[in-house]
Amino acid sequence: MEFKVPTMAELLAAGEEPEILFWVGCAGSYDERAQKITRDICKILHHVGMKYAVLGTEESCTGDPAKRAGNEFLFQMQAMTNIEVLNAYNIKKIVTGCPHCFNTIKNEYPGLGGSYEVIHHTQLIQDLINEGKLKAEGGESFKGKKITFHDPCYLGRGNGVYEAPRKALEVLDAQLVEMKRCKSNGLCCGAGGAQMFKEPEKGKKDVNVERIEEALETNPQVIAAGCPFCMTMLSDGIKLKDKEQEVKVLDIAEITARANGL
Amino acid sequence: MVAQIIFLVITLAAIVLFTFNSRKIIRNIRLGRPVDRNDQPQKRLLTMLRVAFGQSKMVVRPIPAFLHFFVYIGFVIINIEVVEIMIDGLFGTHRIFHGLGGLYDFLIASFEILALTVWVACVIFLIRRNVLKLKRFSGVEMTSWPKSDANYILITEILLMTAFLMMNAADLKLQVLGSAHYTSAGAFPISQYLINLLPSSESTLVAVERGCWWFHIIGILAFLNYLPYSKHFHILFAFPNTYFSNLEPKGEFTNMASVTNEVKAMLDPSFVPAEAEPGKFGAKDATDLSWVNLMNAYTCTECGRCTDSCPANITGKLLSPRKIMMDTRDRITEIGKNIDKHGADHQDGKSLLDDYITREEIWACTSCNACVQACPVNIDPLQIIMELRRFAVMEESQAPGSINNMLGNIENNQAPWKYSPADRFNWAEGN
Repeated sequence: MEFKVPTMAELLAAGEEPEILFWVGCAGSYDERAQKITRDICKILHHVGMKYAVLGTEESCTGDPAKRAGNEFLFQMQAMTNIEVLNAYNIKKIVTGCPHCFNTIKNEYPGLGGSYEVIHHTQLIQDLINEGKLKAEGGESFKGKKITFHDPCYLGRGNGVYEAPRKALEVLDAQLVEMKRCKSNGLCCGAGGAQMFKEPEKGKKDVNVERIEEALETNPQVIAAGCPFCMTMLSDGIKLKDKEQEVKVLDIAEITARANGL
Repeated sequence: MVAQIIFLVITLAAIVLFTFNSRKIIRNIRLGRPVDRNDQPQKRLLTMLRVAFGQSKMVVRPIPAFLHFFVYIGFVIINIEVVEIMIDGLFGTHRIFHGLGGLYDFLIASFEILALTVWVACVIFLIRRNVLKLKRFSGVEMTSWPKSDANYILITEILLMTAFLMMNAADLKLQVLGSAHYTSAGAFPISQYLINLLPSSESTLVAVERGCWWFHIIGILAFLNYLPYSKHFHILFAFPNTYFSNLEPKGEFTNMASVTNEVKAMLDPSFVPAEAEPGKFGAKDATDLSWVNLMNAYTCTECGRCTDSCPANITGKLLSPRKIMMDTRDRITEIGKNIDKHGADHQDGKSLLDDYITREEIWACTSCNACVQACPVNIDPLQIIMELRRFAVMEESQAPGSINNMLGNIENNQAPWKYSPADRFNWAEGN
C-alpha cells in the first residue's frame, strides 16, 4: 500500500478521533481475495480524504457465523467483547466490508449495549458519489460494459439495501443487467447461515452453481458482488464453468477503485 | 316453522362446534413460549391492512394473484348474502332485503358476477394442481392428505357457487312464472342464462330453489367447521398472523436474554441476573417454540412459495420451508390431542426435532430469508429452523463436524478460520 492504514490505537495515542471506523471482518482480514477488497475500501477512504481508522489486531469476529449456526453463547461472548472495545474507543459510525458484519453490528449489537450508526461499504460509496466526492474518472472505463449485480442476502432481503450498490454501478455508465431473481427475490450464493464453513447437504446441485448459471444467462462481462462470501461462491462457480477469462467477479469497492485509478 | 327450527338447530350446532375446535387451536398456540408482539400497534395495523387485506405480497406472481383476488373478494362480499340467508332462515322470510330496491338489485348482481369469477378461478386452480401439475404443489411433504385437502376446498367452493347461482336461477324462473311466494326482486346477470336448464314445473322449481338454498347455507356452515382441520384456516388467521408478524429487519435474529445473563455473569462475576429464565436453550419440541411460530403453522395454507424460492430446495436438498411449517402444525396438534386424552403432563416420547424435522433439513438452511420474503402472510420458517439449531448446538453439542471446527476457531482465534489473531492486520502490508 502506498499509504499507512491508521489504527484506532494510533489515533487515540495522537488524541484524535476518526470520522468513521472501518470494520474489516474476518474474511476481509484473512481471505486473500477479500484482502484485495479491504485494501480497495481503504484506498477509496484515503482518496476522498475521509478520516478513518481500523481496529487492526484488536478486531475480532462479530459472532455472526456462531449465531447462525445456533451457538448463541459464543455469539454473545464475541459481541460483548467487541462492544467493550468499540465503546472504549467511543465509536459513533462504522462502515463494514461485509454484509454479515453489517447486519450483526447494526441489528444485533444494540440490544447488547452497542449502538452505532452502521453502513455497508456500498452505502458509503453511494454517499460519496451523492456528495460529489467520488466519481468514476481517471481509471479503467466500464462504459457500456455489461454488469450484473448479485444481491447479498444480508444486505438485500436482510436489511432492504438494494439501491446503494446499483447507484455505485450507475455512475460507471455501464450497462446494468438484472438477473431473473434479483433484489428481494434474489437467490442466495449458498454461503449464508454458516454454510460457508461446511460441506453442503446432498442434493442435485450446489447453490453457487445454480446462481452462476443464472448470472451467466445475462451474458455479463462483470458480475458485481458486495460480500466476501458471495465473492468466494461466485468465483468458484465461474472457475467451475471455465469462464474466468471472459467474466470477472468483482466487488463494488474494487470496481469503484479501478474506475478511479486507485 | 319446522324448517325454521331445523335451521336454528343446525346453525347453533355449527357455531358451537366451530367455537369448540377453534378454542382448542388457540389453546395449542398458547402452549408456545411467550414473545411480546404488542408494540407499535399502528405499524402492525398497517402491515395487516397492506399484507392481509391488500394482498400486497401476492402480486409477485401475477396469475395466481389475479385469480386469488377474485376468490378473496368473492369470499368477503358474497358473505354479505349470508346475512340475508340467516335472517330468512330464522324468520321464515324470503329475500328479506328486497325492499332495498335498486341497491338490492345491484348487490345480487354483484354477488352473481363474483360467484362466477370465483367459480372460474377455482376451476383454473384445480387444473393447475391436477392437470398442469405445477411443481410448487408437489414435494415430499405434499402427501395425499394435503393434496386432497386443497382439492376438497376448491370443489366445495365450486359447489357452493353453483348452488348459489342455481338457487337464483330457480328463483328468477319462479318470479317470471308469478309464483305466490316469489316476489320480483334482484337482478340476475349470470343466472338468467341458467333458467333454460331448469324444468318449468312450479313445484320442481320450488324444490330446486329450496334445495340449493339449504345446500348453500349448510355447505357454508360445514365449510366453516372444516377450517380447523384444514390448511384453509388461513382465511381467518392471515389477519392476526400479519398483525403479529416481525417488524424488525429480516436479517436481525433475536438475542437470547437467558444467554445474555450467563455471558454477563461470565464476563463480570459481580453481575446478578434480573430474573431466572427457563432452562432449555432453543427448541426440541413444538412447545419450545414461541406462540407466534405456532400461529404461523396454523396460518400456513401450503402454497409452497417459500419452498419454491428456497435455494436449498431448488438445488435438491431435503429442506423445504413448507414442510417445516406443516411438521410444526402436525406436532403441536398431536401434543394438543395428547393433552385432551391423557392430561397436561403426558409425554409421548416424541419431539419436533428428529421425529418430524431431521437434522439434515435444519443444516441445509442458508438463512437467506427467501422463504420469509416469499410468504404472502408473513410466516417465518427461518426462526423455527434457527431455534432447532440452537437446541442441537447448545443443549446437545451436535453440530456437523466442520461447524464445530468453525466454532472452535472463533473461540480460540476470534475468526472462523484457523489463523492467528496476531496476523489479522497483515492485509495492510499487501498491495
